[in-house]
Amino acid sequence: MSAVADTHAQDHHHGPAKGFSRWLLTTNHKDIGTMYLIFSFAMFLLGGTMAMVIRAELFQPGLQIVQPEFFNQMTTMHGLIMVFGAVMPAFVGLANWMLPLMIGAPDMALPRMNNWSFWLLPCAFLILVSTLFMEGGAPNFGWTFYAPLSTTYGPPSTTFFIFAVHIMGISSIMGAINVIATILNLRAPGMTLMKMPLFVWTWLITAFLLIAVMPVLAGVVTMMLMDINFGTSFFDASGGGDPVLFQHVFWFFGHPEVYIMILPAFGAVSHIIPAFSRKPLFGYASMVYAVGAIALLSFVVWAHHMFTVGIPIAGQLFFMYATMLIAVPTGVKVFNWVATMFRGALSFEAPMLFAVAFVILFTIGGFSGLMLAIAPADFQYHDTYFVVAHFHYVLVPGAIFGIFASAYFWLPKWTGHMYDETLAQTHFWLSFIGMNLAFFPMHFLGLAGMPRRIPDYALQFADFNMVSSVGAFMFGATQLLFLFIVVKCVRGGKAAAAQPWDGAEGLEWTVPSPAPYHTFATPPEVK
Amino acid sequence: MDERTPEAEARPRTNARVVSWCLAGVVGMFAFGFALVPLYDVFCEITGINGKTGGRYEAVAAAEADVTRTVQVQFLAQNGPGMPWTFRPVTRSIDVHPGELVTVAFFAQNPTGAAMVGQAVPSLSPSEGTLYFHKTECFCFNQQPLAAGESTEMPLVFIVDRDLPEHITKLTLSYTLYDQSKTATVSDMDRPITTTNENG
Repeated sequence: MSAVADTHAQDHHHGPAKGFSRWLLTTNHKDIGTMYLIFSFAMFLLGGTMAMVIRAELFQPGLQIVQPEFFNQMTTMHGLIMVFGAVMPAFVGLANWMLPLMIGAPDMALPRMNNWSFWLLPCAFLILVSTLFMEGGAPNFGWTFYAPLSTTYGPPSTTFFIFAVHIMGISSIMGAINVIATILNLRAPGMTLMKMPLFVWTWLITAFLLIAVMPVLAGVVTMMLMDINFGTSFFDASGGGDPVLFQHVFWFFGHPEVYIMILPAFGAVSHIIPAFSRKPLFGYASMVYAVGAIALLSFVVWAHHMFTVGIPIAGQLFFMYATMLIAVPTGVKVFNWVATMFRGALSFEAPMLFAVAFVILFTIGGFSGLMLAIAPADFQYHDTYFVVAHFHYVLVPGAIFGIFASAYFWLPKWTGHMYDETLAQTHFWLSFIGMNLAFFPMHFLGLAGMPRRIPDYALQFADFNMVSSVGAFMFGATQLLFLFIVVKCVRGGKAAAAQPWDGAEGLEWTVPSPAPYHTFATPPEVK
Repeated sequence: MDERTPEAEARPRTNARVVSWCLAGVVGMFAFGFALVPLYDVFCEITGINGKTGGRYEAVAAAEADVTRTVQVQFLAQNGPGMPWTFRPVTRSIDVHPGELVTVAFFAQNPTGAAMVGQAVPSLSPSEGTLYFHKTECFCFNQQPLAAGESTEMPLVFIVDRDLPEHITKLTLSYTLYDQSKTATVSDMDRPITTTNENG
């Protein structure tokens, strides 16, 4: 039980408990944040391994490695694990670590619930991953689990998938409530809403999005559960239901969900770019309003995912223009980041490299999103690799690069050591090249008509697929380097100053590095 | 966290209050997810966008047929998954005048050795025409029981509304017939997963 070596216990009067119970019973926001981050990285590797299986199968035409049934399970599980297991918990982990430090709070507002919301996650994913070993296999209907594919035609393990989604939904909702309570109630005296750091703002808005849409996701899987096991007909046409209803309810959750995965990255990048430009963020208030506008608009654009199901022309036009409208606040943010860098004293350490790549590549993903928003064009792009290219461009260099940038930015604060800058820059460049190699050719494949979610493809797509697979292997292998860098940084390295980045601002840099187990027992004064 | 204590009044936003508001939001949104189901049905009924033609139409007054216009109405019949019946329209296509009362029939036969119950679900294309297609009598209003080997001709009486938009000259009415004899086991979980792509 006491296998975990704990060097900090002696240093502090109220240090952490020893052994495994420290992690099981902890209510400390830093411990819980660390656990969230470790868990999300483990899931990132697991989901990434599945992506490697997918890309290995698609390396050349024909069926070489896996059967189509297993291929479908891989695409489904890859999506579910990356969305719910890697990206979302990583941001909750960052929130746990950084929100109290940023607003001068001693801990999260509801520390016991915090512990519970973390420990639900391993349970949920144990259930989800166990479906791989069940008779009939894991869910194979895509991460969007459209009915009736997931109800009438789903494997027997679908019910386990539904319970896993329920549990991770409860975990997310509790995390979101905790974030809201912390931000609303525990800000240091003098920190008004419009003085909050942007990461705090984006997380506050993300938390409201989570509260608004995770229950809808829980509702839609509950309807599935009833259709499968209790003979209801929510999505069964023979009983008077409608499969298209599933898509409406799912995407009512699904579209805000994509902003849940990107808004905290917006916040983190809004700290990193000013720090390495040695200039204050350009247009703070407009950044806040832009995030708010994006969040509100995200509720009225869901049907752009389903232009091809037969929406009347007026509906298509509404959802098309509403979707395009999102480009306006997003553009405001991109211009503000660029304006922050403009004539700044720039330096390109690893966090900045990831942040700049984030701005450029996320913008590319945004542009392909605009192309997909054009309803008539979407009839051509729908369900092709163009869509896959689009959402990987917003999620990999968007969400994931945002997480990497945050990790390098705050690692000195977490560990008290500087990470190895050379290795980190190597990690960046290999990730950058690998990721572009993997996902850029997918645009061409999609425009040429290669459908998504297939284990085999026509011969004319062979070359681009091979390039894409090589890039994916490169990106995947590179992430082991990230693991090595983080482990190395935890174990030692150059001691980090309280403020290791000379341009960084915020309360988190006023506490020593590594951040003591308990911080801001007395709230700081914010002027 | 009693809210009437002076302490709580000084700090009106207690954690308990924030949590209760958030939980209210969560419960509300969960309910909203389910409320989307009837909302969707109502929305589709008003707009006709999912092609589901409405229930029995009561003609207010015998409308006069508009002989200046002709609309082609096509009929399709198909079986839902696992439905063994023979099911086809007797009339595949018919030219009608808007306002005219038209009667057509569909043929159904139960070739199995057991009594079964079928339910036809309609869908009209283009969906824009859904609101202008009125059925005064339809076999789809009821379930259809057929004994072993029995066959039947099922009537459909309809009126194409005189207000049908000018640009619609053709309507296609499709019926899908579902097996309702085994509603208790909607999803056959034991069935092996079928794929069309098994030749590894």
